[in-house]
Amino acid sequence: MRIAVLSGKGGTGKTLVSVNLAAAAQDAVYIDCDVEEPNGHLFFKPQHVQEEEITSKVPVVDDTYCNGCRKCVDFCRFNALAYTNDRLIVFDEICHSCGGCVMLCPEKALTEQDKVIGKVQRGMSGSLKIHTGILNTGEASGVPIIKNLLAGIKDIPHSTVVIDCPPGSACIVMESIRDADYCLLVAEPTLFGVHNLAMVYDLVKLFDKPFGVVLNKCLEGENPAEVFCLDRDIKILSRIPFSNDLGLLTSNAEIAVRKDEKYKEVFSSLLDVVIKEVHCEATPHP
Amino acid sequence: MKQLLILSGKGGTGKTTIASAFIKLSRVRAYADCDVDAPNLHLIARWNAAPKVTDYYGLPKAVIDCERCIACDQCRESCRFDAIFVEDGYEVDPFACEGCGVCEYICPVGAMTMEPDVAGELMLYSDAENVFSTAKLKMGSGTSGLLVTEVKKEMKAAATDVELAIIDGSPGIGCPVIASLSGVDMVLIVAEPSVSGISDMERIINTAERFRTKIVVCINKYDTNIEHTESIEEFCKERGLPLLGRIPFDSDAVKAINNGQSIVEIDCASGRAVRAVYEKAMKSLFAQKNTL
Repeated sequence: MRIAVLSGKGGTGKTLVSVNLAAAAQDAVYIDCDVEEPNGHLFFKPQHVQEEEITSKVPVVDDTYCNGCRKCVDFCRFNALAYTNDRLIVFDEICHSCGGCVMLCPEKALTEQDKVIGKVQRGMSGSLKIHTGILNTGEASGVPIIKNLLAGIKDIPHSTVVIDCPPGSACIVMESIRDADYCLLVAEPTLFGVHNLAMVYDLVKLFDKPFGVVLNKCLEGENPAEVFCLDRDIKILSRIPFSNDLGLLTSNAEIAVRKDEKYKEVFSSLLDVVIKEVHCEATPHP
Repeated sequence: MKQLLILSGKGGTGKTTIASAFIKLSRVRAYADCDVDAPNLHLIARWNAAPKVTDYYGLPKAVIDCERCIACDQCRESCRFDAIFVEDGYEVDPFACEGCGVCEYICPVGAMTMEPDVAGELMLYSDAENVFSTAKLKMGSGTSGLLVTEVKKEMKAAATDVELAIIDGSPGIGCPVIASLSGVDMVLIVAEPSVSGISDMERIINTAERFRTKIVVCINKYDTNIEHTESIEEFCKERGLPLLGRIPFDSDAVKAINNGQSIVEIDCASGRAVRAVYEKAMKSLFAQKNTL
Protein backbone atom coordinates (compact mmCIF):
# COMPACT_ATOMS: atom_id res chain seq x y z
CA MET A 1 0.00 0.00 0.00
CA ARG A 2 1.48 3.26 -1.12
CA ILE A 3 0.38 6.44 0.65
CA ALA A 4 1.46 9.83 -0.70
CA VAL A 5 1.38 12.73 1.75
CA LEU A 6 1.03 16.13 0.14
CA SER A 7 -0.09 19.72 0.62
CA GLY A 8 0.13 22.63 -1.77
CA LYS A 9 1.52 24.88 0.90
CA GLY A 10 4.83 24.26 2.61
CA GLY A 11 5.08 23.91 6.37
CA THR A 12 1.62 22.45 6.97
CA GLY A 13 3.02 19.25 8.46
CA LYS A 14 3.67 16.83 5.58
CA THR A 15 6.86 15.54 7.13
CA LEU A 16 5.27 15.39 10.61
CA VAL A 17 2.42 13.24 9.27
CA SER A 18 4.60 11.08 6.98
CA VAL A 19 7.25 10.37 9.58
CA ASN A 20 4.79 9.51 12.32
CA LEU A 21 2.57 7.46 10.05
CA ALA A 22 5.55 5.37 8.99
CA ALA A 23 6.71 5.07 12.60
CA ALA A 24 3.25 3.89 13.66
CA ALA A 25 3.43 1.03 11.16
CA GLN A 26 5.43 -2.06 12.05
CA ASP A 27 6.85 -2.74 8.64
CA ALA A 28 7.06 0.40 6.57
CA VAL A 29 9.18 2.13 3.97
CA TYR A 30 9.48 5.90 4.28
CA ILE A 31 10.44 7.68 1.06
CA ASP A 32 11.37 11.37 1.14
CA CYS A 33 10.60 12.86 -2.28
CA ASP A 34 11.07 16.45 -1.11
CA VAL A 35 14.53 16.29 -2.66
CA GLU A 36 15.07 20.05 -2.58
CA GLU A 37 14.65 20.21 1.19
CA PRO A 38 14.59 16.65 2.58
CA ASN A 39 13.88 16.53 6.31
CA GLY A 40 12.59 13.05 7.15
CA HIS A 41 16.11 11.67 7.65
CA LEU A 42 16.68 14.28 10.35
CA PHE A 43 13.90 12.61 12.35
CA PHE A 44 14.76 8.98 11.63
CA LYS A 45 18.56 9.36 11.81
CA PRO A 46 18.87 6.18 9.72
CA GLN A 47 21.75 3.73 10.20
CA HIS A 48 23.65 1.48 7.80
CA VAL A 49 23.11 4.09 5.12
CA GLN A 50 24.02 3.15 1.58
CA GLU A 51 24.46 5.97 -0.85
CA GLU A 52 23.85 6.02 -4.57
CA GLU A 53 24.86 8.93 -6.75
CA ILE A 54 22.19 10.11 -9.17
CA THR A 55 23.31 11.43 -12.49
CA SER A 56 21.76 12.99 -15.52
CA LYS A 57 23.24 13.14 -18.98
CA VAL A 58 24.70 16.39 -20.30
CA PRO A 59 26.29 17.04 -23.67
CA VAL A 60 30.03 17.61 -24.01
CA VAL A 61 31.48 19.22 -27.11
CA ASP A 62 34.68 18.25 -28.86
CA ASP A 63 35.93 21.56 -30.26
CA THR A 64 38.06 19.88 -32.90
CA TYR A 65 34.93 18.50 -34.60
CA CYS A 66 32.48 21.38 -34.02
CA ASN A 67 32.26 23.51 -37.15
CA GLY A 68 29.91 26.09 -35.69
CA CYS A 69 26.82 25.15 -37.69
CA ARG A 70 24.62 25.90 -34.66
CA LYS A 71 22.03 23.28 -35.50
CA CYS A 72 22.13 22.13 -31.89
CA VAL A 73 21.69 25.69 -30.61
CA ASP A 74 18.61 26.14 -32.80
CA PHE A 75 17.17 22.78 -31.77
CA CYS A 76 17.56 23.13 -28.00
CA ARG A 77 14.25 24.41 -26.65
CA PHE A 78 15.72 24.78 -23.17
CA ASN A 79 18.36 27.28 -24.35
CA ALA A 80 21.07 25.16 -22.80
CA LEU A 81 23.47 25.70 -25.70
CA ALA A 82 25.05 28.89 -27.06
CA TYR A 83 27.67 29.59 -29.67
CA THR A 84 29.81 32.61 -28.87
CA ASN A 85 33.40 33.61 -29.63
CA ASP A 86 33.70 30.67 -32.04
CA ARG A 87 32.93 28.15 -29.33
CA LEU A 88 29.95 26.06 -28.32
CA ILE A 89 29.01 26.50 -24.65
CA VAL A 90 26.82 24.09 -22.69
CA PHE A 91 24.81 25.29 -19.69
CA ASP A 92 24.55 22.06 -17.68
CA GLU A 93 22.11 23.42 -15.08
CA ILE A 94 19.33 24.07 -17.56
CA CYS A 95 19.92 21.05 -19.81
CA HIS A 96 16.96 18.63 -19.64
CA SER A 97 19.01 15.68 -20.95
CA CYS A 98 16.72 15.07 -23.93
CA GLY A 99 19.68 13.95 -26.06
CA GLY A 100 18.48 15.87 -29.12
CA CYS A 101 21.68 17.82 -29.74
CA VAL A 102 23.83 14.69 -29.70
CA MET A 103 21.41 12.97 -32.04
CA LEU A 104 21.40 15.69 -34.69
CA CYS A 105 24.99 16.99 -34.73
CA PRO A 106 26.16 16.39 -38.30
CA GLU A 107 29.82 16.47 -37.27
CA LYS A 108 29.39 14.09 -34.31
CA ALA A 109 31.05 16.72 -32.15
CA LEU A 110 28.74 16.13 -29.20
CA THR A 111 28.76 13.20 -26.81
CA GLU A 112 27.00 12.67 -23.49
CA GLN A 113 28.53 12.52 -20.08
CA ASP A 114 27.02 11.63 -16.72
CA LYS A 115 26.79 14.52 -14.33
CA VAL A 116 26.05 13.99 -10.64
CA ILE A 117 22.98 16.02 -9.60
CA GLY A 118 22.38 14.51 -6.19
CA LYS A 119 22.07 11.26 -4.29
CA VAL A 120 19.74 8.71 -2.79
CA GLN A 121 20.42 7.37 0.70
CA ARG A 122 18.90 4.11 1.90
CA GLY A 123 19.13 3.15 5.54
CA MET A 124 17.26 1.66 8.50
CA SER A 125 15.61 3.18 11.54
CA GLY A 126 14.60 0.26 13.76
CA SER A 127 12.52 -1.98 11.51
CA LEU A 128 11.73 0.85 9.08
CA LYS A 129 13.44 1.37 5.75
CA ILE A 130 14.28 5.02 5.15
CA HIS A 131 14.94 6.28 1.62
CA THR A 132 15.97 9.88 1.08
CA GLY A 133 16.59 11.83 -2.09
CA ILE A 134 18.91 14.83 -1.90
CA LEU A 135 19.35 17.31 -4.76
CA ASN A 136 22.68 19.12 -4.93
CA THR A 137 22.41 22.87 -4.39
CA GLY A 138 22.50 24.81 -7.64
CA GLU A 139 20.72 22.06 -9.61
CA ALA A 140 17.36 22.95 -11.12
CA SER A 141 15.47 19.67 -11.28
CA GLY A 142 15.13 16.79 -8.84
CA VAL A 143 12.87 14.72 -11.09
CA PRO A 144 15.56 12.09 -11.93
CA ILE A 145 16.13 11.57 -8.19
CA ILE A 146 12.41 11.07 -7.56
CA LYS A 147 12.25 8.60 -10.45
CA ASN A 148 15.07 6.61 -8.87
CA LEU A 149 13.39 6.71 -5.43
CA LEU A 150 10.09 5.45 -6.77
CA ALA A 151 11.36 2.91 -9.28
CA GLY A 152 10.23 -0.48 -8.09
CA ILE A 153 7.93 0.65 -5.28
CA LYS A 154 5.09 -1.20 -6.95
CA ASP A 155 7.00 -4.41 -6.29
CA ILE A 156 7.35 -3.91 -2.54
CA PRO A 157 4.92 -6.53 -1.21
CA HIS A 158 2.44 -6.02 1.62
CA SER A 159 4.29 -3.32 3.42
CA THR A 160 3.21 0.25 3.95
CA VAL A 161 5.06 2.77 1.81
CA VAL A 162 4.80 6.40 2.90
CA ILE A 163 5.80 8.98 0.29
CA ASP A 164 6.64 12.41 1.69
CA CYS A 165 6.02 14.79 -1.25
CA PRO A 166 7.46 18.20 -2.07
CA PRO A 167 5.18 21.26 -1.70
CA GLY A 168 3.33 22.78 -4.65
CA SER A 169 1.46 21.13 -7.49
CA ALA A 170 4.05 21.20 -10.28
CA CYS A 171 5.67 18.36 -12.24
CA ILE A 172 7.75 17.21 -9.30
CA VAL A 173 4.66 16.60 -7.12
CA MET A 174 2.87 14.82 -9.93
CA GLU A 175 5.84 12.51 -10.33
CA SER A 176 5.67 11.71 -6.60
CA ILE A 177 2.00 10.72 -6.53
CA ARG A 178 1.93 8.88 -9.86
CA ASP A 179 2.06 5.37 -8.35
CA ALA A 180 0.31 6.09 -5.05
CA ASP A 181 -2.75 4.08 -4.02
CA TYR A 182 -3.95 6.81 -1.72
CA CYS A 183 -3.24 10.51 -1.15
CA LEU A 184 -3.29 12.21 2.24
CA LEU A 185 -3.72 15.96 2.01
CA VAL A 186 -2.39 17.85 5.02
CA ALA A 187 -4.01 21.25 5.59
CA GLU A 188 -3.59 24.04 8.10
CA PRO A 189 -6.38 26.33 9.26
CA THR A 190 -5.34 29.53 7.49
CA LEU A 191 -6.51 31.43 4.45
CA PHE A 192 -3.29 30.39 2.68
CA GLY A 193 -3.72 26.80 3.81
CA VAL A 194 -7.20 26.54 2.31
CA HIS A 195 -6.18 28.12 -0.96
CA ASN A 196 -3.37 25.60 -1.38
CA LEU A 197 -5.53 22.70 -0.19
CA ALA A 198 -7.92 23.57 -3.02
CA MET A 199 -5.00 23.25 -5.44
CA VAL A 200 -3.89 19.77 -4.39
CA TYR A 201 -7.55 18.75 -4.18
CA ASP A 202 -7.78 19.58 -7.90
CA LEU A 203 -4.56 17.67 -8.52
CA VAL A 204 -5.68 14.42 -6.87
CA LYS A 205 -9.03 14.67 -8.64
CA LEU A 206 -7.25 15.19 -11.96
CA PHE A 207 -5.28 12.01 -11.37
CA ASP A 208 -8.33 10.22 -10.04
CA LYS A 209 -6.62 9.22 -6.80
CA PRO A 210 -8.58 8.26 -3.70
CA PHE A 211 -7.77 10.74 -0.96
CA GLY A 212 -8.58 12.10 2.47
CA VAL A 213 -7.61 15.15 4.52
CA VAL A 214 -5.66 15.55 7.75
CA LEU A 215 -6.35 18.85 9.49
CA ASN A 216 -3.20 19.93 11.30
CA LYS A 217 -2.57 22.74 13.83
CA CYS A 218 -6.28 22.91 14.67
CA LEU A 219 -7.16 25.83 16.96
CA GLU A 220 -10.34 26.73 18.81
CA GLY A 221 -12.91 28.42 16.66
CA GLU A 222 -13.70 28.23 12.99
CA ASN A 223 -11.30 26.27 10.79
CA PRO A 224 -11.47 27.46 7.17
CA ALA A 225 -9.87 24.21 5.96
CA GLU A 226 -12.55 22.20 7.74
CA VAL A 227 -15.28 24.34 6.18
CA PHE A 228 -13.74 23.71 2.75
CA CYS A 229 -13.87 19.93 3.33
CA LEU A 230 -17.39 19.88 4.75
CA ASP A 231 -18.71 21.98 1.86
CA ARG A 232 -17.37 19.48 -0.63
CA ASP A 233 -18.04 16.31 1.27
CA ILE A 234 -14.33 15.54 1.53
CA LYS A 235 -13.36 12.91 4.09
CA ILE A 236 -11.53 14.30 7.11
CA LEU A 237 -9.46 11.44 8.49
CA SER A 238 -7.85 13.12 11.45
CA ARG A 239 -7.73 16.39 13.35
CA ILE A 240 -4.41 17.13 15.03
CA PRO A 241 -4.75 19.95 17.56
CA PHE A 242 -2.19 22.71 17.69
CA SER A 243 -0.02 22.06 20.71
CA ASN A 244 3.21 23.37 22.05
CA ASP A 245 4.54 19.96 23.06
CA LEU A 246 4.04 18.48 19.58
CA GLY A 247 5.59 21.63 18.10
CA LEU A 248 8.61 21.33 20.37
CA LEU A 249 9.08 17.61 19.67
CA THR A 250 8.92 18.29 15.94
CA SER A 251 11.22 21.30 16.04
CA ASN A 252 13.78 19.08 17.77
CA ALA A 253 13.28 16.44 15.04
CA GLU A 254 11.88 13.92 17.52
CA ILE A 255 9.36 11.35 16.34
CA ALA A 256 6.24 12.01 18.42
CA VAL A 257 4.96 8.44 18.03
CA ARG A 258 8.13 7.10 19.65
CA LYS A 259 8.10 9.66 22.48
CA ASP A 260 4.51 9.91 23.59
CA GLU A 261 1.73 7.29 23.87
CA LYS A 262 -0.83 9.97 23.09
CA TYR A 263 0.63 10.53 19.62
CA LYS A 264 1.13 6.83 19.05
CA GLU A 265 -2.62 6.56 19.47
CA VAL A 266 -3.30 9.47 17.06
CA PHE A 267 -1.15 8.16 14.22
CA SER A 268 -1.95 4.46 14.70
CA SER A 269 -5.62 5.22 14.33
CA LEU A 270 -4.91 7.44 11.30
CA LEU A 271 -3.01 4.54 9.76
CA ASP A 272 -5.93 2.19 10.46
CA VAL A 273 -8.36 4.58 8.83
CA VAL A 274 -6.15 4.93 5.75
CA ILE A 275 -5.76 1.15 5.43
CA LYS A 276 -9.54 0.76 5.61
CA GLU A 277 -10.00 3.46 3.00
CA VAL A 278 -7.53 1.81 0.63
CA HIS A 279 -9.23 -1.59 0.97
CA CYS A 280 -12.58 0.03 0.43
CA GLU A 281 -11.29 1.65 -2.77
CA ALA A 282 -9.77 -1.63 -3.91
CA THR A 283 -13.10 -3.44 -3.68
CA PRO A 284 -14.82 -3.12 -7.04
CA HIS A 285 -18.14 -1.33 -6.83
CA PRO A 286 -20.97 -3.39 -8.31
CA MET B 1 14.88 49.72 -9.03
CA LYS B 2 16.17 47.82 -6.00
CA GLN B 3 14.70 44.35 -5.76
CA LEU B 4 14.27 42.54 -2.46
CA LEU B 5 13.49 38.82 -2.67
CA ILE B 6 12.09 36.85 0.25
CA LEU B 7 13.03 33.15 0.44
CA SER B 8 13.15 30.44 3.09
CA GLY B 9 14.06 27.01 1.72
CA LYS B 10 11.54 25.34 4.00
CA GLY B 11 7.89 26.05 3.32
CA GLY B 12 5.57 27.68 5.82
CA THR B 13 8.17 29.73 7.68
CA GLY B 14 6.33 32.97 6.93
CA LYS B 15 7.57 34.32 3.57
CA THR B 16 4.20 35.63 2.43
CA THR B 17 3.26 36.93 5.87
CA ILE B 18 6.48 38.95 5.99
CA ALA B 19 6.26 40.01 2.34
CA SER B 20 2.75 41.36 2.86
CA ALA B 21 3.89 43.26 5.96
CA PHE B 22 6.83 44.78 4.06
CA ILE B 23 4.54 45.80 1.21
CA LYS B 24 2.24 47.58 3.64
CA LEU B 25 5.06 49.28 5.55
CA SER B 26 7.02 50.47 2.54
CA ARG B 27 3.91 51.48 0.57
CA VAL B 28 5.88 49.86 -2.19
CA ARG B 29 4.59 50.52 -5.68
CA ALA B 30 5.85 47.32 -7.31
CA TYR B 31 5.66 43.77 -5.99
CA ALA B 32 5.43 40.24 -7.28
CA ASP B 33 4.59 36.71 -6.18
CA CYS B 34 7.06 34.26 -7.68
CA ASP B 35 5.65 31.20 -5.91
CA VAL B 36 3.89 30.18 -9.11
CA ASP B 37 3.21 26.64 -7.83
CA ALA B 38 1.22 27.87 -4.85
CA PRO B 39 0.70 31.63 -5.01
CA ASN B 40 -0.92 33.25 -1.96
CA LEU B 41 0.07 36.90 -1.89
CA HIS B 42 -2.96 37.93 -3.96
CA LEU B 43 -5.20 36.71 -1.14
CA ILE B 44 -4.15 39.63 1.04
CA ALA B 45 -3.09 42.14 -1.60
CA ARG B 46 -6.68 43.43 -1.79
CA TRP B 47 -7.01 44.68 -5.32
CA ASN B 48 -10.50 45.68 -6.34
CA ALA B 49 -9.84 45.93 -10.04
CA ALA B 50 -9.49 42.77 -12.09
CA PRO B 51 -6.01 41.89 -13.31
CA LYS B 52 -4.85 41.80 -16.88
CA VAL B 53 -4.63 38.07 -17.59
CA THR B 54 -2.26 36.66 -20.19
CA ASP B 55 -1.87 33.02 -21.14
CA TYR B 56 1.56 31.68 -20.40
CA TYR B 57 2.88 29.33 -23.04
CA GLY B 58 5.41 26.89 -21.68
CA LEU B 59 7.22 24.58 -24.03
CA PRO B 60 5.13 22.91 -26.74
CA LYS B 61 3.78 19.38 -26.41
CA ALA B 62 4.14 16.56 -28.92
CA VAL B 63 1.03 15.49 -30.81
CA ILE B 64 0.84 12.33 -32.95
CA ASP B 65 -1.03 12.13 -36.22
CA CYS B 66 -2.21 8.51 -36.07
CA GLU B 67 -3.05 8.47 -39.77
CA ARG B 68 0.57 9.00 -40.64
CA CYS B 69 2.18 6.94 -37.87
CA ILE B 70 3.80 3.76 -39.17
CA ALA B 71 4.52 2.38 -35.69
CA CYS B 72 8.28 2.28 -36.22
CA ASP B 73 8.73 2.86 -32.47
CA GLN B 74 11.64 5.27 -32.94
CA CYS B 75 9.89 8.11 -31.06
CA ARG B 76 9.16 5.92 -28.06
CA GLU B 77 12.72 4.60 -28.00
CA SER B 78 14.23 8.08 -28.20
CA CYS B 79 12.01 9.82 -25.66
CA ARG B 80 13.97 10.34 -22.45
CA PHE B 81 10.85 11.30 -20.52
CA ASP B 82 8.83 8.11 -21.16
CA ALA B 83 6.15 10.33 -22.63
CA ILE B 84 5.22 8.04 -25.50
CA PHE B 85 3.32 4.82 -24.91
CA VAL B 86 1.39 2.29 -26.94
CA GLU B 87 -2.23 1.44 -26.18
CA ASP B 88 -4.54 1.59 -29.17
CA GLY B 89 -1.70 2.90 -31.29
CA TYR B 90 0.95 5.41 -30.24
CA GLU B 91 0.01 8.07 -27.71
CA VAL B 92 1.68 10.98 -25.89
CA ASP B 93 1.34 11.55 -22.15
CA PRO B 94 1.10 15.36 -22.09
CA PHE B 95 2.14 15.51 -18.43
CA ALA B 96 5.34 13.60 -19.07
CA CYS B 97 6.21 15.42 -22.32
CA GLU B 98 8.78 18.14 -21.69
CA GLY B 99 8.58 19.55 -25.21
CA CYS B 100 12.15 18.83 -26.29
CA GLY B 101 11.17 17.99 -29.90
CA VAL B 102 13.31 14.87 -30.26
CA CYS B 103 10.32 12.77 -31.43
CA GLU B 104 9.43 15.32 -34.09
CA TYR B 105 13.03 15.31 -35.27
CA ILE B 106 13.34 11.54 -35.41
CA CYS B 107 9.96 10.62 -36.92
CA PRO B 108 10.64 9.41 -40.48
CA VAL B 109 7.11 10.16 -41.74
CA GLY B 110 6.38 13.54 -40.14
CA ALA B 111 3.64 12.18 -37.87
CA MET B 112 4.82 14.22 -34.87
CA THR B 113 4.24 17.92 -34.45
CA MET B 114 4.99 20.18 -31.53
CA GLU B 115 1.87 22.13 -30.57
CA PRO B 116 1.78 25.26 -28.38
CA ASP B 117 0.59 24.57 -24.85
CA VAL B 118 -0.84 26.95 -22.26
CA ALA B 119 1.02 26.08 -19.06
CA GLY B 120 -0.35 28.79 -16.82
CA GLU B 121 -1.67 32.30 -16.45
CA LEU B 122 0.10 35.57 -15.79
CA MET B 123 -1.88 38.15 -13.84
CA LEU B 124 -0.89 41.80 -13.69
CA TYR B 125 -2.75 44.14 -11.37
CA SER B 126 -1.99 47.80 -11.96
CA ASP B 127 -3.40 51.26 -11.44
CA ALA B 128 -1.99 54.78 -11.58
CA GLU B 129 0.36 54.07 -8.68
CA ASN B 130 0.86 50.39 -8.02
CA VAL B 131 1.86 47.24 -9.84
CA PHE B 132 1.42 43.66 -8.63
CA SER B 133 2.55 40.80 -10.82
CA THR B 134 1.61 37.20 -10.08
CA ALA B 135 0.89 33.95 -11.92
CA LYS B 136 -0.51 30.48 -11.55
CA LEU B 137 1.11 27.47 -13.11
CA LYS B 138 -1.28 24.89 -14.49
CA MET B 139 -1.63 21.75 -12.41
CA GLY B 140 1.20 19.29 -12.83
CA SER B 141 3.06 21.52 -15.24
CA GLY B 142 6.81 21.89 -15.57
CA THR B 143 8.79 25.00 -16.63
CA SER B 144 7.95 26.94 -13.48
CA GLY B 145 11.32 28.68 -13.78
CA LEU B 146 10.36 30.26 -17.08
CA LEU B 147 7.07 31.46 -15.63
CA VAL B 148 8.89 33.05 -12.68
CA THR B 149 11.08 34.94 -15.14
CA GLU B 150 7.93 36.17 -16.93
CA VAL B 151 6.34 37.35 -13.67
CA LYS B 152 9.40 39.46 -12.90
CA LYS B 153 9.53 40.79 -16.46
CA GLU B 154 5.88 41.90 -16.32
CA MET B 155 6.47 43.68 -13.04
CA LYS B 156 9.55 45.50 -14.32
CA ALA B 157 7.91 46.53 -17.58
CA ALA B 158 4.85 47.96 -15.81
CA ALA B 159 6.69 49.67 -12.98
CA THR B 160 8.98 52.28 -14.37
CA ASP B 161 10.62 54.84 -12.15
CA VAL B 162 10.13 52.83 -8.96
CA GLU B 163 12.72 52.76 -6.19
CA LEU B 164 11.89 49.45 -4.59
CA ALA B 165 10.31 46.15 -5.56
CA ILE B 166 9.39 43.34 -3.15
CA ILE B 167 9.28 39.77 -4.44
CA ASP B 168 7.76 36.84 -2.57
CA GLY B 169 9.64 33.66 -3.49
CA SER B 170 8.85 29.96 -3.45
CA PRO B 171 10.05 27.21 -1.12
CA GLY B 172 12.80 24.78 -2.10
CA ILE B 173 16.07 25.35 -3.94
CA GLY B 174 15.17 24.22 -7.49
CA CYS B 175 14.29 25.89 -10.75
CA PRO B 176 11.67 28.46 -9.63
CA VAL B 177 13.94 29.61 -6.81
CA ILE B 178 16.97 29.86 -9.08
CA ALA B 179 14.91 31.83 -11.62
CA SER B 180 13.67 34.20 -8.91
CA LEU B 181 17.24 34.88 -7.70
CA SER B 182 18.60 36.27 -10.93
CA GLY B 183 18.95 40.04 -10.92
CA VAL B 184 17.77 40.77 -7.38
CA ASP B 185 19.72 43.12 -5.09
CA MET B 186 19.16 41.42 -1.77
CA VAL B 187 17.67 38.19 -0.42
CA LEU B 188 15.93 38.05 2.95
CA ILE B 189 15.87 34.51 4.33
CA VAL B 190 13.03 33.78 6.74
CA ALA B 191 14.39 31.06 9.03
CA GLU B 192 12.49 28.88 11.47
CA PRO B 193 14.08 27.52 14.65
CA SER B 194 13.78 23.77 14.13
CA VAL B 195 16.17 21.02 13.06
CA SER B 196 14.39 20.89 9.68
CA GLY B 197 14.32 24.67 9.38
CA ILE B 198 18.06 24.98 10.00
CA SER B 199 18.92 22.26 7.47
CA ASP B 200 16.73 23.92 4.84
CA MET B 201 18.09 27.38 5.61
CA GLU B 202 21.66 26.19 5.04
CA ARG B 203 20.67 24.70 1.68
CA ILE B 204 18.94 27.86 0.47
CA ILE B 205 21.86 30.03 1.63
CA ASN B 206 24.30 27.80 -0.27
CA THR B 207 22.09 28.16 -3.34
CA ALA B 208 21.73 31.95 -3.05
CA GLU B 209 25.46 32.46 -2.46
CA ARG B 210 26.15 31.19 -5.97
CA PHE B 211 24.47 34.33 -7.27
CA ARG B 212 26.70 36.58 -5.17
CA THR B 213 23.62 38.42 -3.99
CA LYS B 214 23.62 40.09 -0.61
CA ILE B 215 21.91 37.79 1.92
CA VAL B 216 20.28 38.80 5.21
CA VAL B 217 18.39 36.62 7.68
CA CYS B 218 15.50 36.99 10.12
CA ILE B 219 14.11 34.35 12.48
CA ASN B 220 10.36 33.82 12.58
CA LYS B 221 8.51 32.10 15.49
CA TYR B 222 11.81 32.42 17.35
CA ASP B 223 10.28 31.64 20.75
CA THR B 224 9.05 28.18 19.68
CA ASN B 225 12.57 26.90 20.23
CA ILE B 226 15.10 29.28 21.77
CA GLU B 227 17.92 26.76 21.55
CA HIS B 228 17.61 26.51 17.76
CA THR B 229 17.15 30.27 17.48
CA GLU B 230 20.54 30.63 19.12
CA SER B 231 22.10 28.10 16.73
CA ILE B 232 20.76 30.07 13.76
CA GLU B 233 22.28 33.24 15.18
CA GLU B 234 25.57 31.44 15.71
CA PHE B 235 25.46 30.11 12.14
CA CYS B 236 24.83 33.59 10.72
CA LYS B 237 27.71 35.02 12.70
CA GLU B 238 30.06 32.32 11.40
CA ARG B 239 28.99 32.85 7.81
CA GLY B 240 29.08 36.65 8.15
CA LEU B 241 25.39 37.04 7.35
CA PRO B 242 23.61 40.06 8.90
CA LEU B 243 20.80 39.03 11.25
CA LEU B 244 17.89 41.48 11.08
CA GLY B 245 15.94 40.29 14.09
CA ARG B 246 13.59 37.86 15.79
CA ILE B 247 9.84 37.66 15.27
CA PRO B 248 7.77 35.85 17.92
CA PHE B 249 5.11 33.21 17.34
CA ASP B 250 1.81 35.04 17.51
CA SER B 251 -1.69 33.59 17.24
CA ASP B 252 -2.92 37.11 16.35
CA ALA B 253 -0.91 36.78 13.12
CA VAL B 254 -3.13 33.88 12.01
CA LYS B 255 -6.22 35.95 12.80
CA ALA B 256 -4.96 38.91 10.77
CA ILE B 257 -4.14 36.73 7.76
CA ASN B 258 -7.49 34.95 7.94
CA ASN B 259 -9.13 38.38 7.81
CA GLY B 260 -7.11 39.19 4.70
CA GLN B 261 -4.92 41.69 6.56
CA SER B 262 -1.17 41.95 6.94
CA ILE B 263 0.21 41.63 10.47
CA VAL B 264 1.25 45.29 10.61
CA GLU B 265 -2.34 46.43 10.22
CA ILE B 266 -3.28 45.26 13.70
CA ASP B 267 -1.48 45.93 16.97
CA CYS B 268 0.32 42.67 17.75
CA ALA B 269 3.70 41.41 18.91
CA SER B 270 4.72 39.88 15.58
CA GLY B 271 3.70 43.07 13.76
CA ARG B 272 5.92 45.19 15.98
CA ALA B 273 8.86 42.83 15.51
CA VAL B 274 8.47 42.74 11.75
CA ARG B 275 8.53 46.56 11.67
CA ALA B 276 12.00 46.51 13.23
CA VAL B 277 13.16 43.87 10.74
CA TYR B 278 11.76 45.95 7.91
CA GLU B 279 13.65 49.07 8.93
CA LYS B 280 16.93 47.18 9.11
CA ALA B 281 16.25 45.52 5.77
CA MET B 282 15.72 48.88 4.07
CA LYS B 283 18.90 50.26 5.58
CA SER B 284 20.78 47.22 4.35
CA LEU B 285 19.30 47.36 0.87
CA PHE B 286 19.83 51.06 0.26
CA ALA B 287 23.17 51.31 2.04
CA GLN B 288 24.70 49.00 -0.54
CA LYS B 289 25.75 51.65 -3.02
CA ASN B 290 27.68 53.52 -0.34
CA THR B 291 29.68 50.50 0.70
CA LEU B 292 30.68 49.58 -2.84
